[in-house]
Amino acid sequence: MKKACAMTAETAVQLRNVTLSYGEFVAVNNVSLSIGRGEFVTLLGPSGCGKTTILRSIAGLVQPTGGEIEVAGRRIDNIPIHKRNIGLVFQNYALFPHKSVFDNIAFGLKYRNVEKSVIAQKVKRALDMVRLPGVEKKLPSEMSGGQQQRIALARAIVIEPDVLLLDEPLSALDANLREEMRTELKTIQREVGITTIFVTHDQEEALAMSDRVVVMNKGVIEQQGSPEDVYRRPETRFVATFLGQSNLLPGRIASVGNGLATVSLDNGQQIEAAAPSAAKAGMAVTGVVRAQKVVVGKTGPIQGKIISVSYLGGTAAYFIDAAGIRLQSISTIEERIWREGEAVAISIAPADCQLLDETGHRLQ
Amino acid sequence: MNATNDNRGLGWRAVQLVTVLVYIFMFAPILVVIVLSFNDSQFGGFPMTGFSFRWYAKLMENEAVLSAFQTSIWVAVLTAVICSVLGVAAAIALVRYEFPGKELVNTILIAPALVPETVLGVGLLLLMRWAHQPRTLWLLVLGHIMLALPYVVLVVQARLIGVRRVYEEAAMSLGANRFQTFREVTLPLLMPAIVASLLLVFTISFDNITASMFWRPSGVETMPTQILSMLKVSISPEINALGTLMIVVTVGLPLLGGGLARYLARSGR
Ligand SMILES: Nc1ncnc2c1ncn2[C@@H]1O[C@H](COP(=O)(O)OP(=O)(O)O)[C@@H](O)[C@H]1O
Ligand SMILES: [Mg+2]
Repeated sequence: MKKACAMTAETAVQLRNVTLSYGEFVAVNNVSLSIGRGEFVTLLGPSGCGKTTILRSIAGLVQPTGGEIEVAGRRIDNIPIHKRNIGLVFQNYALFPHKSVFDNIAFGLKYRNVEKSVIAQKVKRALDMVRLPGVEKKLPSEMSGGQQQRIALARAIVIEPDVLLLDEPLSALDANLREEMRTELKTIQREVGITTIFVTHDQEEALAMSDRVVVMNKGVIEQQGSPEDVYRRPETRFVATFLGQSNLLPGRIASVGNGLATVSLDNGQQIEAAAPSAAKAGMAVTGVVRAQKVVVGKTGPIQGKIISVSYLGGTAAYFIDAAGIRLQSISTIEERIWREGEAVAISIAPADCQLLDETGHRLQ
Repeated sequence: MNATNDNRGLGWRAVQLVTVLVYIFMFAPILVVIVLSFNDSQFGGFPMTGFSFRWYAKLMENEAVLSAFQTSIWVAVLTAVICSVLGVAAAIALVRYEFPGKELVNTILIAPALVPETVLGVGLLLLMRWAHQPRTLWLLVLGHIMLALPYVVLVVQARLIGVRRVYEEAAMSLGANRFQTFREVTLPLLMPAIVASLLLVFTISFDNITASMFWRPSGVETMPTQILSMLKVSISPEINALGTLMIVVTVGLPLLGGGLARYLARSGR
């Protein structure tokens, strides 16, 4: 559904087989990505997976060693950075320290032949947009981190770029401010309707803000889809472990029938999973179960013992030993919290158990 | 109160004493020159016989001194300006760009600061003779540039490493080309270092005597060589006045520039 939408809507950014190596090291490996106009896409992945490198390729700060990049229907990977119309927000703001807020925001307009009076208007409107009216004369050093971030955003948006690129823009802010800016950034993005590529290693941020999440690892795209999609239906072992807390249960399919696959785990324990059509008896598979879907109770098919408990308020996180297999569960606390050493019974609904094949990809 | 001072013991007292002595040793000669430059006496030494500006007045009538002063100022200004332009360009190339032989270029630029001036002095002269070039003022300027360039490169390089690359990247992403980015972002942020190196070079050139003796055209004197040749004849009180002027120029200018640089750095941050 989502993919179909992106195809029909006007494409704002198109990466075709983009590769970038630093010497022998391949930082970005054959990445193709298509982003629709007005879409908010997040590149999510661990540090060093190549997110920044992709942004910098689009911005023109590094030159891909292969592939093509199109923005607004124009091939841009072969034109110099200052002729691409791209808004860039850096992790540490990069506001010009020797220029006032006004001059910072007006900077890009100067090179776009905008009349002086219009510049003043646009700067004022940009400051209103980021809710910092009247700070034109201040120097960046006189403003707080959050305010500097807003100025940086205003400076990037005021030039009406074809795409807005944000590289971990919230990571330098403290936790409270980060959440506030998250909402605000998203609101502004919607209001302006600007195509946005957001880079983060923070999954919460990615899931909360994005229309589409692109999960990356080691220079390749592992999966892309709506936040719900990537969270609930991980395509690969990496996505399953990177997003949220998952249990990985290696075993072999014992039998398939009635839409259910029975998996014999390595400890002899059996669990059931919804069977994809590719599931065949005898296959080596890994069952993936979110910690939230491991139900701890008095009755259930799997017997175990609580190893450790962390009380989290409304929920509790348990580590459970089930005949040699370690399970992690995050459960709402019903009657009482389970204590360390208690014997419990665990149940997992077949629909909550997904199967990965030997290569770590989801069985289709 | 005093008790605590005493408690610090003999070692501390010794340190204080040595510190004071070192300061006296460093500054007494300078002080003596300045004081004696106002001495009314015929002889350039103690005792003081009265306060007067006569040696300064006499200096102003001394054609040789005036022309040496002019020469020195011109050479120093030219050297400072050319060095700063070259030094900034070199530092940018060395810090911001990758090119083959970068390490070698860096070493060659810094090397003159490590080679004894006498060696440089003779070397440049031999080179000029080999190229059949006459000794002109330009040779002197060229030599001074060679002497001072390492310091500019070092000072500007240090600052440039502090000017984060993202400012330039931000400027370019907003539509400024390389030149505009340099003018609007890099240069203003480098200003404190540029002012500092202008002054540093000026003083290096203005004070230089060893190399200048090799390189000056015959018949042309710079301030230091002029003082030296005056000293050969006699220790006239005029020299004290001249020395005092030198001190004012070489100490006053950097102080002024230091203040300016700090002001620029503050408004530039
Ligand atoms: N200039 C460079 N030279 C060599 N390696 C680099 C350079 N820039 C980045 N890398 C490497 O490329 C990989 C991807 O970097 P980056 O895109 O910054 O990762 P991310 O933003 O996802 O944390 C990292 O392993 C990093 O060490
Ligand atoms: Mg990064």
